[in-house]
Parts: sequence; C-alpha cells; structure tokens
Amino acid sequence: MSAVGQSISHESAALHVTGQARYTDDLGNRLTNLLHAYPVQSPHAHAKILRLEIAPALKIAGVVRVLTAADVLGVNDAGVKHDEPLFPSEVMFVGHAICWVLADSLFAAQMGAAAVQVEYEILDAVITLQDAVRLESFQGNLQLLQRGDTALLESAKHIFMGEFEIGGQEHFYLETHASLASVDESGQVFVQCSTQHPTETQEIVAHVLGLPSHAVTVQCLRMGGGFGGKEMQPHGFAAIAALGATLTGRPVRLRLNRTQDMTMTGKRHPFLARWKIGFDSDSKILALEAELFSDGGWSLDLSEPVLARALCHIDNAYFIPHIRVAGRVCKTNKTSQTAFRGFGGPQGMLVIEDILGRVAPLLGVRGEELRAKNFYQAGQTTPYGQIVKDSNRMARVWQTLLETSDFKQRQQEITVFNAKHPNQKRAISITPVKFGISFNFTAYNQAGALVMVYKDGSVLINHGGTEMGQGLHTKMLQIAATTLGVNLEHVRLAPTRTDKVPNTSATAASSGTDLNGGAVKNACEQIKSRLALIASSRFGVHPDDVVFSNGKVFAIGYPPKSFEFAEIVSEAYYKRVSLFASGFFRTEGLHWDRVAMFGNPFKYFAYGASVSEVEIDGFTGAYTLRRVDILHDIGDSLSPLIDIGQIEGGFIQGAGWLTLEDLRWDSKGRLSTQSASTYKLPSFSEMPPVFNVAFLQDASETGVVYGSKAVGEPPVMLAISVREALRTAAAAFGSGASLELASPATPEAVFWAIKKAKS
Amino acid sequence: MSEINLVLNGKPTTATIFEPHTTLLNWLRETGLTGCKEGCAEGECGACAVLVTKASGTGSRLTSVNACLVLMASLAGQEIMTAEGLGSPNQLHPVQAAMVQTGGSQCGYCTPGFISSMADEYYRPNRSGFDLEALSGNLCRCTGYRSIKDAALGLGLPYPNDALRLRQNIAAPEARVAKIESENAVFYRPANLEDALILLEKNLNAKLVAGGTDWGVEVNLRFARAAVQIAIDHLPELRQIHWQTDFVELGAALTLSELEHQIGDSIPLLHQWFPMFASRLIRNSATLGGNIGTASPIGDSPPVLLALGASVVLVSTNGERVIPLETYFTGYRKTLRQHGEIIKAIRIPLPLAPKSKFYKISKRKMDDISSVSVGIALKLENHTVQNIKIGLGGVAATPLRALETENFLMGQIWNLENVTAAAQLMANSGTPLDDHRASAAYRKAMLEQLLLKFFAEVNL
Repeated sequence: MSAVGQSISHESAALHVTGQARYTDDLGNRLTNLLHAYPVQSPHAHAKILRLEIAPALKIAGVVRVLTAADVLGVNDAGVKHDEPLFPSEVMFVGHAICWVLADSLFAAQMGAAAVQVEYEILDAVITLQDAVRLESFQGNLQLLQRGDTALLESAKHIFMGEFEIGGQEHFYLETHASLASVDESGQVFVQCSTQHPTETQEIVAHVLGLPSHAVTVQCLRMGGGFGGKEMQPHGFAAIAALGATLTGRPVRLRLNRTQDMTMTGKRHPFLARWKIGFDSDSKILALEAELFSDGGWSLDLSEPVLARALCHIDNAYFIPHIRVAGRVCKTNKTSQTAFRGFGGPQGMLVIEDILGRVAPLLGVRGEELRAKNFYQAGQTTPYGQIVKDSNRMARVWQTLLETSDFKQRQQEITVFNAKHPNQKRAISITPVKFGISFNFTAYNQAGALVMVYKDGSVLINHGGTEMGQGLHTKMLQIAATTLGVNLEHVRLAPTRTDKVPNTSATAASSGTDLNGGAVKNACEQIKSRLALIASSRFGVHPDDVVFSNGKVFAIGYPPKSFEFAEIVSEAYYKRVSLFASGFFRTEGLHWDRVAMFGNPFKYFAYGASVSEVEIDGFTGAYTLRRVDILHDIGDSLSPLIDIGQIEGGFIQGAGWLTLEDLRWDSKGRLSTQSASTYKLPSFSEMPPVFNVAFLQDASETGVVYGSKAVGEPPVMLAISVREALRTAAAAFGSGASLELASPATPEAVFWAIKKAKS
Repeated sequence: MSEINLVLNGKPTTATIFEPHTTLLNWLRETGLTGCKEGCAEGECGACAVLVTKASGTGSRLTSVNACLVLMASLAGQEIMTAEGLGSPNQLHPVQAAMVQTGGSQCGYCTPGFISSMADEYYRPNRSGFDLEALSGNLCRCTGYRSIKDAALGLGLPYPNDALRLRQNIAAPEARVAKIESENAVFYRPANLEDALILLEKNLNAKLVAGGTDWGVEVNLRFARAAVQIAIDHLPELRQIHWQTDFVELGAALTLSELEHQIGDSIPLLHQWFPMFASRLIRNSATLGGNIGTASPIGDSPPVLLALGASVVLVSTNGERVIPLETYFTGYRKTLRQHGEIIKAIRIPLPLAPKSKFYKISKRKMDDISSVSVGIALKLENHTVQNIKIGLGGVAATPLRALETENFLMGQIWNLENVTAAAQLMANSGTPLDDHRASAAYRKAMLEQLLLKFFAEVNL
C-alpha cells in the first residue's frame, strides 16, 4: 500500500502530545551565556525621534548592550521594499520598536527598556481607513482589473450600489515570533527562527549584517502556527537577534510576548469596498464596478500582492461579463498589515458574497438560486483572462452538498420554527468558493529538495517548505516513501535549513505541498531511476520495468522474485552511483502581467461549498452555529486526516474572522484589543455541534503531485455561509427584506441588524 | 533566594526560587520542561496548563491550572504533573494516544495544555461522559476543535490500576507554612487565619493571594511586584460551606470549581452561573473572595451575588463584620474593606427567590469578559412581584443594583406591560461606556432587553 493517501497522524504528533516537540524559544534554554532582547516601543502613532538616551539602561544591572541604528553593520532595513527601517528615526505606529535592549535576564532587559529615554516630536497621524481614503493617503500603485464595457451597467434592469467595511484579523498563532541567533567560530551566523520564509529571513539578516547570503544560515524546526503572519514579519526580529549575537559574541534570544506580537506585527488587511452592480431581468450579473481600499498600515510589505489577489477573487465563482475594479493600498499609522491565510482572496470574495446576500431579496430570488444562476460555465474566462478550468465542478459540488445537507427540507423546517418562535430565528445558507492556486507572482512558483539515501537504504529528505502545523512534512514523507517505494519508517525528514535547500519560496499561498512535493518527488525519481538501472541488470529487464514497492524491488509482474531496497542501494554504492539528488519543481504554464492584471496566474482552482445553519436570540443578537456541512475539492487526498484538519481549522478560523474577532484601534492609534483577554478567537463554544466535512470524489488533478490539490487557504472562505445565514436569520425578525450586516458580525452587530430588520 | 521541595512528574525535586514572583511556567521552562508554553501569560489560552494535585474530600484531584498564574512560592510541598510526565512518545498516556489518533494536534503548541485539561477530566471520579467544558480554557488556532472533541469523547475510563487514578484516593499534600524571600520581596504562607491576620496587621499593604488569577496577570503583563505577599488560599476558616436556616456562608478561598462541585444545584442561580465564569482552568484556581476582592466593575460574581442579596463577611484581628454587598463597592476598584481585613466568606440569605437567571453579554460564549452582565432573582405571589433583586455589571464604575427598576416592579403584576415599562427604566441604569467590547448604546439596549428576556424565559 502506498504511503500517499493513507490517513496518518502528523509526523510530530507523538512529540506534540508529550510536550517534547521543540519550538524556537524552547531551544534557548539549552544554551549558556544567553542574552535576552527586549524592545523599546513607541507610545505615539507618528512621531520624529528627537533624542534617544540609552545610557540609563546601561546602568541597570544585567544590561549588556542597547542596539540602535548606529550598530547596524550593513543596511538599516528589515523589509524587501526598503521601506521598513530596522531602527527608525521616525516612528510610524504605536508599538513601533525604536531600539532593543540586550541583557542577561529577561527581567533586566525589561527594566533596561523602561529606562531608555526617548524624546519625540509628535506628527499628524492617519488612523482609520476611512480617513486614509478621504486624505488619499496611499502607497504602492493603483491596481486596475477590467474587462468589457462597464458603461453598460447603466442600462441594466436592476442596479444597486453600496459600501462595505471589512474588519482585519490577528493571526494569533499560539507561538509568538521568536528568533535565536548565534555566531560560530568561523563567523557563520546561525539563526533559528519561527519563519515561513527562511530564505528571505536569511537575506534580510545578511543585508543588515553586511554579509553575503552564504555567511548566514536560517533554520526553522517547526512553528507554533503561522497563517501568513510569519511570511514576512519575522525578518526584522531575526536580524536583531543576529546583530546582537554578532556584536556581543553571545547567543541572543528574542521572543515577543503576546502584546508585543499584537502591537508590532501585521494582520489581515481591513478593507473598504464601494460598489455598483447591474443585473439583467434574469438576475444574471451584467456588470460590476468597484473600488477596493485596503488598510496597509505603515509600510507596504505584502500589501500589493494581497490587493492583487483580492481583485482576482472578487468574481469568486461567478461570471461577470463587464467589470472594472480599482484597488488602492492605504497608508495608515498602524502595524504593517500582511499575509494572512487567503491573502486578500477572502476580502475580495466577501465583497461579492455580501453584495449577493444583500440584493437577493431585492431581486426576489433566494440567495442559493441567485448564486447558482451566476456560476461560471464551461469555457468562460475570469476577468483577468484565465479560462476557468473544471468550472463544472462548482455545480457538482453545489448540487451534491444541497442534497447531502438536506438543504431544502431543513429550509422548510426552519420556516416552521421561525413562525413559532418570535424571539428566536434560524436560517440556513450555502455559499461557494473558487480559489486560484499558485503565487500570483510567477517567480515564486518554484521549489527545491535534497534527498539522500544512505548505504543501509535509509532515506533522509530536506525540502524548502516549513512546517507550521499544516502537515507539510507529513505529506513530504508520504511522497518520498511512495516515490521510492519504501515504507514510511525508512524515511526521515530533516529540519528546514537554508544551507540544505537554497533560494526557497515562502511556505505560503497554499502551495507548500504542490511545490515542495513536486521537488521531493523529482529528487526521489532521479535516485530511483539510477537504482532501476542497477536492478534492471539483475532482472534482465528494461529499467522502466523495475518496480519499487513496500521496500522491495522487483521486475514488473514478478513480485515474488524481489530484492530488498537496501540491497540495491548497497550495490549502487559499490558501483559508484550517486545516492543523493537535488530535486526541483516549477509550475508549468503560468504567466502574469501585473500591470495589465492579465494572464494565467493560477495552475488550477480549488472548489468548495458550505452550508451553515444558525439560530439568533432576538433579545441580545447572540447566536449559535448549529450545523455545518462542507464539500471541498482537494483532488486526490494525499493525507486525509491532515486534509480534514485543514478544512475544519480553516473554516473555524474564517468563522472567527467573520463573526467574533474584532480588532479595535482607538483614536490615538493604540490597539485596544492587544491581548488574549480583549481579542477573542474561537474556542470550543464556537464549534458547531454537527460538523460534516467531505471531499469531492473523482477529482484527481493532473499535473499536480499525486493528483492532489492545495488545501491550506480555500476553506477559510467557506465560512462566508455563516455570515449569510446570520444575515438571513436577522432579516427573519422582520419581513425578510434586504439587510446590511457589519463585519465581523458580532452579537452586537447582529443585534443592530435585527433592529433594522424590525423597523 | 529560597528553596522549596516539591514533587515534579513523580520525582521529589528541590526548586530554587530567586524571586517570590517567579511563576510555575517560567520555572518549568528553565528546568527544561519546555512542553509548558507561554501563549498569553494571562490565563486566557491554556497553553501552559499543568496538573496540580489538590484536595478533594478525603482524597485528591489532579487539577489542571494555568502555570502562568501560579507562583512557585505557593507550591512548597505540592505535586505537579506536566505533559512530559504523563507519557512519552514511546509510551503515550491514553489522552495523548487519543489526540494522536484523531489528529487533535496540528502545530502542537497548544497541545500539552490540552493534554493537561483532558487528563484532569479523564480522572474525574464517577465520570460517565466527558464534559467538554473541561477544555473551555484552552485555545487552539489550527484544528477548529472537532478532532480534539472526538479525542475527548472517545476516551474510555482509566484502568482500575492506573497509578494516577489510584493517586487520587490519597489526600493531597498539605499546604506547608513557608517564607520565600528575595532581596526586595517576601511571600508568606501562614499556618492559620490568626497568623495570617497578625501578618497582615504588620504589613498593611501586603498583597493577599488566593487563586492568583488576577494578580498573576498583573505580575506578568504589568510587571507588578509586591514587597509582601500573603497566601490565604489554604486557610481552613476560609474554605468552609455553612448551611444555616436563614443563610448559607460560602468560604471565600474555596475555588469556584470546588464550590461548583460542593453546592451542586442547591443554589440554582450559582449553578447556572458557574459555567459562564471564565473557564474551567480559571475556576480551578479562582475564588469567590478574589473576584469580590479585586472589585472589578466587570467581575462576574457581583451581579449574581447582588441578585441573591449577599453580604461579605470580613475578618480582622478585631473580629468579624458583615457588610451587604450592595454597599460594599464604593468606587472604581474601591471597597469598604479596610487594611488588615480579609474576606472570609460570602453570606447568602435563605430561602432563595424561586425564579432566578444570570445573563452575560460577550462576544464569545465561553471564557470571555462580559460587556454587560445581569443577575435577576424574583419572587412572585399571585402574579404579583413580592420581591425582585437585580444585579448589574459592566455599566458603571462598580457593580450595582437596579434599585429604581426593582422599586418600580415591587407590588406590581408580573406582566409584559409592567415589565416592558420596567425594562425602559432599567435601560437608564448606570453610565455605560463605549469600548472595544461593546458600544454604550448596545450596553444600554441590553439592560432593557435582558429584563424582557428574563420575562420571556421565566414565563415559559
């Protein structure tokens, strides 16, 4: 039985449950002479630093050094756009780190940071997204996605317009940012870092230290969650630790506490959308005009590609013949908003789903009918010119799920329930997801691997992807075992390191398995073909007719006459045949013109749909999610237990974003929800008591490793059905008319929607 | 610097405590037991949960607590068990094996804490099912919880010869009199109430520490330090429940879990309220005395206790005095408790009002801080209001009684018309504010709505 497709536990599960799995900050206590780094953070949203007095900190017992801009050996920059000074002369948001204190103990570092004196000249700040739009406080370029002639909108039978504000989301990975740096006797800098993008961390560390990349090694053992929050945000912290280690000769540990993490690092972008849409007499979308404004915070980092993905997903599963969407990244004095699972896709998709949810009653059709009516048909293209491959799968998912969830019958039962209960209302909604897979930025769609077979037949694999809980390493082990035809226990995986596989892409965009799996498979195939050549002479068959399976090697059709894999490996060694290979993968057929916003940015689309049923209490707006049914297209599942976990976890995370998680900044730009006691993510109480998740059958994806499909991000957007069910249930307190609902749809937001529905 | 002896994962261990504010979390991590994680350092996420052996009847209970809120100084002589101690990768404990099988760990960072809380519930004596509420204080950002739920619900009962199950038949280690000191601070665990009161009289600004679930947050997040801390959670005089004919006294230092277990449903309003108070992890340490002692306007106990007409029993070297809770709070985090006084018990008059409810408005259903909370206790006679008490939280600088609303309803017929008029009065109670939890308008609306909701629910 091949390892691929087996339902196995996470490769580190036994370590997780026994507390033995190590994370970056667990490694520090193994080191002696360790220094702890602690930041001095700005209390102002925007200010010039007039004077920075570090001498008082140095008087505190245990304080060893205070790192400032003067200490930078290379470039004072922590970003890839050169707009993020590592030590700023002008603070750009509340919480911005000004300098870092290094001390023998964390407490001494904290006291040292408190002793540093900073004199500021306070400057005007832009806090809200609305203000940024009004003041045209933008960064990056205008992005424009257009097709057809939106002037036709005015001739549509039904025209609607509106505005919609979408809240952001804190990643709240349980493990906050952490780096641990040391320098060896040869001057090689070694940084252990909780990073989704070791190569970029390496590059930033190198340029801050003024070193070539080969003098810096970054390793990521595993992360305690990433979700995009560790794609670009870790680099500066790694650079601080590395700089400290270089200057003091002692290992430096830097771990943010929760409030530091929340006040210093970027989040999911809040968005503001303004739209106008036209439908024909059959409720089909004729044209859409929209403006999307994202709140990028103080610097660009990934805001432009996030916005691009939002624009590329405003169509979701729907054919929009005439469209014009303009996007801008706003510059505000807040944390630099960044990648977060879905990467703009959720915000873009939410805009169209919100529109459909709002206008369905005005068009006199049910939400599920309006949606199905507008699905892409075979041969149709997206607004950016890509043919919607397998577009018929959307209807197949939809129909199957409507049946398996008993949608119609439950809808009728709900009508009866609602008639009997004046103070409680229920509703059921179904929404679709079509999500493009591949990095929009074509160059990132490559990956490398290094696979080594030792003389005893044991296999060690390295690849460029990072493990953050998504089960990537588990899948890589399964792919290697299957490709080499050995059992899983013969394959081991080494931690992700930049000195094993160079020039890696971020583990992001749901692409970790597609890309790294392709590279691991490629490396294994190279080794296998060399071994096949050795074995073929034993069997007297063509090398292509040598079979590797379950640790045995035999000629096709003659499994009884087999040799152990290790035996063939040993022979290869003595015949001086290489037993290791570097694998490489590049996704074929991609091209993208990011100025014209046109091309074939995606290898394929992931399809899915979800049905959610909610009940609202009319007195308070409090609600419960009663049942969720999901049908999702993941191709041929590589690892079912892991894939189910990705879908469920993504859905609940999406539901958190849309209903519960409520980022608030006050008028001075201070984040009011900066801890676990004020920022609430879903707990056990938000889990639906009935939660059915199924994979779409017969969905093998050709050209992707073992017929699989990416699964990391698309399920987040399945949660939109929760929001639509809440809207419908709130409307049921009135006449069921069109209803606006704020996002996140907290109990308070639902309460105000009920009020509107009743009036 | 002081040393204490404790039992860590079954092994007698000597711990050196350099500073009396050192938390169990930090000490464990420095010891190398890094399975204990800091996710928030304020008892909200449960990533640091570990098991402490606590007293239960004649035996003991492995009790899951947030290690970030436990001071090492308080643990002299105690027994601690972490995920590392429960099992090893080659010899998994049943709860660990269940979590591996169902895919209950993804990134794994929260997992050791979940294992602790799951083991606590696994060893609950006379358990039939698995109460998922046991996991209400543990957050997971990856799984969406279904796989963890399946792991929990699929658990069998511990074998009769399971060592930890047998351990629970034996009494927990007693609290040891201790003095833990550093250059600038000292932590005392006095032998008895008398000693505690004398110590307190000598150190009027001393910090009294019971469950430490509020104090620990101050220590961790705001670097609060007290020159003198006095532990009172073990004092027998503060750990009793006395049923009298006209009142019941609840010991101020009983943890909420202990109270919940010991009073069952004999006080229905409290029975309904317990699960809404923070999380199981917090209730395993937090005390009623502590919740009143911090005098937070958004503490969850005052609204129910106000509705129950409760009083606070204070004790000092001068003796005891009893103060009605409704006059106890004098301003934002200010009370009538004087230096030298300890909250000994909460006194609830009997008989109880026949109809009562507690409502908590929050974004999340489990383990959230309320924006508004309301406790209501009602006695009707011939459809007429004979007595009603309404306690409010979150709408003023102190918890308060909705006296105007109560007075309006007294003697009135309990019907929708009168209750609607009363609800409009209730909407004007207090001075609700706008903040990140809720708008003032919503808080005001909730005051009105919750009385109407009470009417709808008690009339069902």
